[in-house]
Amino acid sequence: MELYKLTARQIKDLIEDKKTSPKEVAESLISRIEATENKVKALCLVDKEDIFTQCRELEKRSEHGPLFGIPVVIKDNICVQGQDTTCASRILKGFKPPYDATVVSRLKQAGAVIFAKANMDEFAFGSSCETSCYGATHNPWDLQRIPGGSSGGSCASVAADETVMALGSDTGGSIRQPASLCGVVGLKPTYGRVSRYGLIAFASSLDQIGPVTKDVADAALLLNVIAGSDIMDSTCVDREVPDYTKSLVDNVQGVKIGVPKEYFSEGLDSQVRDAVEKALDVLKGLGAQVKEISLTHTDYAVADYYIVATAEASSNLARFDGVQYGHRSASPRSLIDMYKKTRGEGFGEEAKRRIILGTYVLSSGYYDAYYLRALKVRRLIKEDFDRAFSHVDCIITPTSPTVAFKIGEKIDDPLAMYLSDVFTISANLAGMPGISVPCGLSQEGLPIGLQIIAKPFDEEMLFRTAYTFEKNTKWHKEKPRL
Amino acid sequence: MDIEYVSQLARMELTDKQKSKLSKQLSDILAYIEKLKELDVSTVQPLSHVLPLKNVFRQDKIRPSLPLNKVLNNAPSREGDSFSVPKVIE
Amino acid sequence: MSKEYKTVIGLEVHVQLATKSKCFCGCSTEFGRKPNSQVCPVCLGFPGSLPVLNEEALRLAIKAALALNCQISKFIKFDRKNYFYPDLPKNFQISQYDLPVSHDGWLMISGPGGEKKIRIKRAHLEEDAGKLIHEQGGSRSFVDFNRTGTPLLEIVSEPDINSADEAYEYLTRLKGILEYLEVSDCNMEQGSLRCDANISVMPAGAKELGEKVELKNMNSFRFVKIALEYEAKRQIEALEGKEKVVQETRLWHEQKGITISMRSKEHAHDYRYFPEPDLVPFVLDDGYIQKIGESLPELSQEKKERFVEEYNIPEYDAGVLTADKYLANYFEECAKLYSKPKTISNWIMSELLAYIREKNLEVRYLKLKPRSFVEIFRLMDEGVISGKVAKQILPEMLESEKQARDIVKEKGLVQISDTSEIDKMAQEVIRDNPKPAADYRAGQANALSFLVGQIMKKSRGKANPQIVNKLLKQKLERGEDA
Repeated sequence: MELYKLTARQIKDLIEDKKTSPKEVAESLISRIEATENKVKALCLVDKEDIFTQCRELEKRSEHGPLFGIPVVIKDNICVQGQDTTCASRILKGFKPPYDATVVSRLKQAGAVIFAKANMDEFAFGSSCETSCYGATHNPWDLQRIPGGSSGGSCASVAADETVMALGSDTGGSIRQPASLCGVVGLKPTYGRVSRYGLIAFASSLDQIGPVTKDVADAALLLNVIAGSDIMDSTCVDREVPDYTKSLVDNVQGVKIGVPKEYFSEGLDSQVRDAVEKALDVLKGLGAQVKEISLTHTDYAVADYYIVATAEASSNLARFDGVQYGHRSASPRSLIDMYKKTRGEGFGEEAKRRIILGTYVLSSGYYDAYYLRALKVRRLIKEDFDRAFSHVDCIITPTSPTVAFKIGEKIDDPLAMYLSDVFTISANLAGMPGISVPCGLSQEGLPIGLQIIAKPFDEEMLFRTAYTFEKNTKWHKEKPRL
Repeated sequence: MDIEYVSQLARMELTDKQKSKLSKQLSDILAYIEKLKELDVSTVQPLSHVLPLKNVFRQDKIRPSLPLNKVLNNAPSREGDSFSVPKVIE
Repeated sequence: MSKEYKTVIGLEVHVQLATKSKCFCGCSTEFGRKPNSQVCPVCLGFPGSLPVLNEEALRLAIKAALALNCQISKFIKFDRKNYFYPDLPKNFQISQYDLPVSHDGWLMISGPGGEKKIRIKRAHLEEDAGKLIHEQGGSRSFVDFNRTGTPLLEIVSEPDINSADEAYEYLTRLKGILEYLEVSDCNMEQGSLRCDANISVMPAGAKELGEKVELKNMNSFRFVKIALEYEAKRQIEALEGKEKVVQETRLWHEQKGITISMRSKEHAHDYRYFPEPDLVPFVLDDGYIQKIGESLPELSQEKKERFVEEYNIPEYDAGVLTADKYLANYFEECAKLYSKPKTISNWIMSELLAYIREKNLEVRYLKLKPRSFVEIFRLMDEGVISGKVAKQILPEMLESEKQARDIVKEKGLVQISDTSEIDKMAQEVIRDNPKPAADYRAGQANALSFLVGQIMKKSRGKANPQIVNKLLKQKLERGEDA
């Protein structure tokens, strides 16, 4: 039996029936990693010894927990105590957090095996997983192509069956876009649904941690474990967490789906358009009501995002200065020299670009013109969604305007790169939950993703719609040939 | 953009090559961002939190601090129980 | 000086609020512990950590603001103040920019022309920075983050202060109020109260304010006063000499007794304030504020009135005693133990305060406890010692914690009330000083005090002055010669 191919629910059943053990699952995945990782390069740290230590500890446990023995890969911007957590940046090389992120301690409590750290765009700045200090991650479907980003390592490792599940983080589409390009399920929860404590911040008002899985049911299982209030995060909402697996019903009868016309414009690849339209037909055939809606300010979202996100990032990343942890420039002449050299040497090109942009939009004389205006436009974007949700239950769009592009194709054109998040960014600005599920393959055999967005804290609607779609299609069963 | 000034504010050294490349790219990005000026936002309130959350407190209770080895474990340079940096001259 | 000048001063006082734990994390705020022993991921600004506001910090800030007659804001938010400094772990400080806890208050001081109102512009909450220790003769500085994250209230006055004396008076009053409220221990030596000043001078009658100089590094009220006196003089001399006063920050140099320009600092600060995304806003209802208002203790004015009434002491005495909460407590302790309040107040205002000022002490750190202090009065009442001896032994009691009776015994200072002994001395003095004796008899009453003085000298101050007076008079009037 090839355990590594299974979903978390399948493995759970086998373990419960004593047909396998956490150790056997781990061994199967480690041999898979050994076979594929040199091609995919999705992971930046795999500590086999630590994995087996965790398995031994698990076997001593009397209470199993909902993720007992399930390997979960953690994006490299989420703190795991004592394990290198670097945001794929030189500036944090060797950094071992003295604490676990809240999501990580919840996973450990649920019996999950913290399996590996996933590669990413440096500090989650990117949509291609090319800006990592460890080098690019490759798309398992076509190794010449990017897996998407910034949670490229999380999505590629799930797509390549190197792990059962993964955690990613999503600031402007960083879970959903790579999930779409890698043909897996990726969910960005409502802002405030999952604790950010221990997630190394990119843009605090936009960041959310979320699941990357092989199917919708696993995403519900993983969200059940990580969601819920946390005394360590003021922005994490104290609100009951429903059992999301209860939303896994094969029924969209009467669900009102809005399709925003602004998302079906020029930049959209025709193959992606076709796949999404077919998906809508499937849902319509199952009893959903599909209607066109308008999200008027969609065209301003990318510009708005690059002000809000970089401003917050410039401040969040100020702490990387060589004083307490991470890289420090060798023999600086003075304190200022230490700051400048440490940061000059430690940050990659895209990080520098965003730090400069974010510093600029907050600087004296420009705040009102850029940052304050961006906060106002952000309200307009959110109000678009509020209006839409007054008469629809969810919104369906393509996740990404194109399928995976070639490695290197956009690396020197940052603006083109930024525009690859055009469909995912609005949900972050408005704080809405969104999920990407596979909905087709292009002629070249590359995955296409369908994005479903719901009202704040209505992840149940996402699961219901996504699950029904999955039950009635075969796309999630497609696997890359590696 | 005065890249000299902004990189000084950000305490980040840039090579001349990086400066000229960045200046070009950033001016493209800023030109794109200009599109926000098309919108009349004079009556719109800024939105910095998407959630209507308020009054999230913790109680005034002491929680254990980190042991010293964990505090200093990652330090690039230390002296005794303190972090060490090039002298701060006032 | 050819012209009259007006001095304009504004003060910024930072006061640490007396919470048990820090402003945004659970670390202890205790002073004087081992470096970096009271820190955690949050106050160290470790990647991934998040702040959560300590409710007590906000409560104490509001309490102080109410006592300073401030308006409490209904909507409070925090902002990030961005600048790089090694004692600031995140390289931004969580502070308040446009919506502080409170604004527009005032406090009364006594000036040369009676009571004067000093307006308070705002009082806002922020986090303290760490401590730097500079290597003597070396090239390094060492950072201790124990103080980092301690809640601070920054109280900013309007430029209503017109002399160094008024500044001193303002600080004394402010400290008095804060101590009464028990919102801070106001210990300047431990840095729990710190003061910066803005000062400018202008020719009397001029319309425009002069260039403002910011003064820092004054670590006692006395130094604030001296530094302001120095700086006002320096600025006036500059104007007289047709030099320009430049807007700058200057440091008070304690040893040299001068202010020195901080040339190395950048000229323009560009703090890039923006709303702290990791904290939510605080919206306070009237009930919340009212409840804090009701908890305010008796303040100095009320206490002063009560002292006049209850202890029947002059208003002036009551004013001096109640200016400092600890002094007022000291007086009341004494008054419980000894029944002549005016005697206590006389001794506190003259002897005790002189000692405290000379040694630059705080009342609450006096070794001499009220119980021992009142013993002096009892010894005087019993006729065991004279007032002169009492003044003589007080310094030793203040320094050594020795009891008055023990000192008196040890040093043989018991008053001589034995008439035969005094009689003998009187005889000798009259014999040795025939001229003053004759003068007295001839009607020159003041000659008596000379003779009394001679007896006191002979007895080394121990003779009971009343008995000396009585005996001398008797002898002289009876015409008893040697």
